[in-house]
Amino acid sequence: MNKRLFGIAALFKTPDEIIRAAKKTAEAGYQKYDVHSPYPVHGIDRAMKLKPSKLGFITLVFGLTGSALALLLMYWTMSVDYPMIIGGKPFFALPAFIPVTFEVTVLLATLATVIGMITFFFRFPENDHPLHDTEYMKKVSRDHFGVVIEASDKHFDESKVREFLNSLHPISLEEIYYSEKETYPVLEPKFVTLLILVALVTSGVTYFSLNKLLYMQPFTWMMEQPKLNPQQPSTLFADGFGMRTPVQGTVARGFLPYPYMGQNNPTEVLQNPFLPTKENLKLGEAKYLTFCSPCHGNFGDGDSRLRGQFPNPPSLHSSRAREFSDGMIYHIITNGQNIMPSYASQITREERWAIVNYIRVLQRAKNAKSSDLQVVNKETGNNASN
Amino acid sequence: MNIDYSQEAPAIAGRLSLAEIEELVARPLDTKPDRKYFIALSISGSLLLIGAVCLAFSFYYGIGLWGNNQPVGWAVPIVNFVFWVGIGHAGTLISAILFLLRQKWRTGIARFAEAMTIFAVMCAGIFPVIHTGRPWLAGYLLPYPNQHSLWVNFTSPLLWDVFAVSTYFTVSLVFWYIGLIPDFATLRDRTTSKIKKTIYSLFSLGWRHSSRHWQHYEKAYMLLAGFATPLVLSVHTIVSFDFAVSILPGWHTTIFPPYFVAGAIFSGFAMVVTVLVFVRKIFNLENIITMDHLEKMNKVILATGMMVGYAYGMEFFIAWYSGVQAEQFVFINRAFGPYAWAYWIMVSCNVIFPQLFWFRKFRRSIPVMIVIVILVNVGMWFERFVITVTSLHRDFLPSSWAYYTPTIFDMGILLGSFGLFFTLVILFTKSLPVVSISEVKAVAEGAQPTHHGGHHE
Repeated sequence: MNKRLFGIAALFKTPDEIIRAAKKTAEAGYQKYDVHSPYPVHGIDRAMKLKPSKLGFITLVFGLTGSALALLLMYWTMSVDYPMIIGGKPFFALPAFIPVTFEVTVLLATLATVIGMITFFFRFPENDHPLHDTEYMKKVSRDHFGVVIEASDKHFDESKVREFLNSLHPISLEEIYYSEKETYPVLEPKFVTLLILVALVTSGVTYFSLNKLLYMQPFTWMMEQPKLNPQQPSTLFADGFGMRTPVQGTVARGFLPYPYMGQNNPTEVLQNPFLPTKENLKLGEAKYLTFCSPCHGNFGDGDSRLRGQFPNPPSLHSSRAREFSDGMIYHIITNGQNIMPSYASQITREERWAIVNYIRVLQRAKNAKSSDLQVVNKETGNNASN
Repeated sequence: MNIDYSQEAPAIAGRLSLAEIEELVARPLDTKPDRKYFIALSISGSLLLIGAVCLAFSFYYGIGLWGNNQPVGWAVPIVNFVFWVGIGHAGTLISAILFLLRQKWRTGIARFAEAMTIFAVMCAGIFPVIHTGRPWLAGYLLPYPNQHSLWVNFTSPLLWDVFAVSTYFTVSLVFWYIGLIPDFATLRDRTTSKIKKTIYSLFSLGWRHSSRHWQHYEKAYMLLAGFATPLVLSVHTIVSFDFAVSILPGWHTTIFPPYFVAGAIFSGFAMVVTVLVFVRKIFNLENIITMDHLEKMNKVILATGMMVGYAYGMEFFIAWYSGVQAEQFVFINRAFGPYAWAYWIMVSCNVIFPQLFWFRKFRRSIPVMIVIVILVNVGMWFERFVITVTSLHRDFLPSSWAYYTPTIFDMGILLGSFGLFFTLVILFTKSLPVVSISEVKAVAEGAQPTHHGGHHE
């Protein structure tokens, strides 16, 4: 079997020797050589005539990219996609964006520097390099220093290189060979099986967690509260209802029971508590037009809009109706009369009294005398009819 | 990296050769763990289990099991978060800031401190997430395009916190791993076990100690240190914004960022000393983690402790000088109200006891050191307790004033976080080199060329 030579390695014991050896190797014109040491030796880069590392450019470019990306993201989300005023700040609140910009800059610069160094500058991972597992590597890994001149160098000549390295007085020389057969551990069935297994387990666990686990207790407890859901029976009570019947005799706030229900004429005790102010009459008008006008007509003439589907109600301008006390009209609205039902559940107490006031206004307007007109003219300053 | 270290005292004692350093550091990885190791692991594991059980209860029954309630909505969970993030500040400070300041003595302790940073940030990360009540929905904390078409609030300090802590964790981890690569390669080349060799090869990525690589490596280390330095200062600054950007008396203070950073370094160094005192003894690393190193750390503790003490005093001064009644009430209530006991524990542990470090004898005495650093850890936990709870428990409405007491579940989770931290630390001591082999070799006597590689010629 013909082994292919990678290079010739020389070992040294002290840092002074390796600096000298590195310098001599560089001066001899070799390009493809390397110096190995268990830790960075000061001044070795000068001795080897290495150019300064260009790693900093990666850091600069990705750091600036990080700043720009962070600022752009924050500008777009906070000012364009979903603008919202928070704490009285402008949509583009630069001072408040500085912390995140800084963190993203550092994150991106750091990751790019490290990943760039490992993959681009080192070309790692490289566990099949010919230097691995050699005696030479074990020594330089521990407490020795070494120079390797590679066979791919254009000045490489085995005997000359040996002669040159010996002139540096090394502890020992070692020939480094490429491994005999190329192996691809990545394609080994064991490794492939492992990969498939890992993929299956990962996807299985992910599927289970996202689609099953999060729909189990206690993750769903926010959904499964013992409360009444629409269209669902209550689980709290045996009868399945969410609302309970109040205790006998319970009176809801603002709903005092009407004591004259079903009576004919209790009106002596009922007094109108509201003055016919402008607001009160406006309210009465609105409620009258909503609840009363369909049958009694917009002006109380008894001209139903219901096209004879119900018997027409009496006019509110009859002398009987005009002589009703306020309490009587209130009682009729509350209690109902003949075919007219009770409106107690639709119209509140205050609104009923407002309707009473409004009916009084209608009655007065429909039955006005010419002396009333003079009063009106006097009050409005209109003297056209005089 | 042309640093002239020749004028300084040796960073490692006992004139160890390079091979001896390697043996010393790698020995715990080659030997089987002994009984003591398992006893320590079982203790920390039990604490971890207590925390896990308390957390399971909290998730099942809800966080009503904790003591948090109106008006003290931020209580022990947030105290624990700030406490652990603070502990996590020593590592990056030692590995980044002391690196930029060319402090050679950092090499012996940097790896361990960095590991403690990572573990402490892991402990810290638990608390804000569980404090949300539904930790499985923590993904909502990140800005991603979602079906609600909602974004996170980028103007909120709580969101800055998410970015700061996660960036800090990632960068610390990367920094730590970069430092470990050459050590993985050294371990790979010295081990005889096939399994270990496979694992070490995998993590070393094929590192071969090439000087062409060392050149980029050192550049990267410096760049990372340059980024980690402002980062470490920014993280606790942003944590302090969680309080300072609010308008609550006792929180709304511009002194908070520097005060929090000093406190973080203070507590972080105290924790590092606490652990290192034991580690150097158990693993016979007295020559690498020397008494000089511990003394220097104690000096840092003294200095940062005084800064924290200054902040305590300044808070009272500003409360008086501002003339704001609510502010004055909070601070008088802090020192003499129902939580006065917590306040005075904080002051005595953080300001009074560390004054003993003025004396060289105490700085170099292991028993005194242990007592003081543990007191500092206690004091710094109480500092966060005092800031959080005393500012909240008496709000603007006297009818809602309350006395907050943590429940057994709060305390169980705190114990659990210590369990997690020490379990990780104990596992770390047996699975990775606790001291950076390549960095310590580089500062050993005679490790660098006598005539500085000829670049003065």
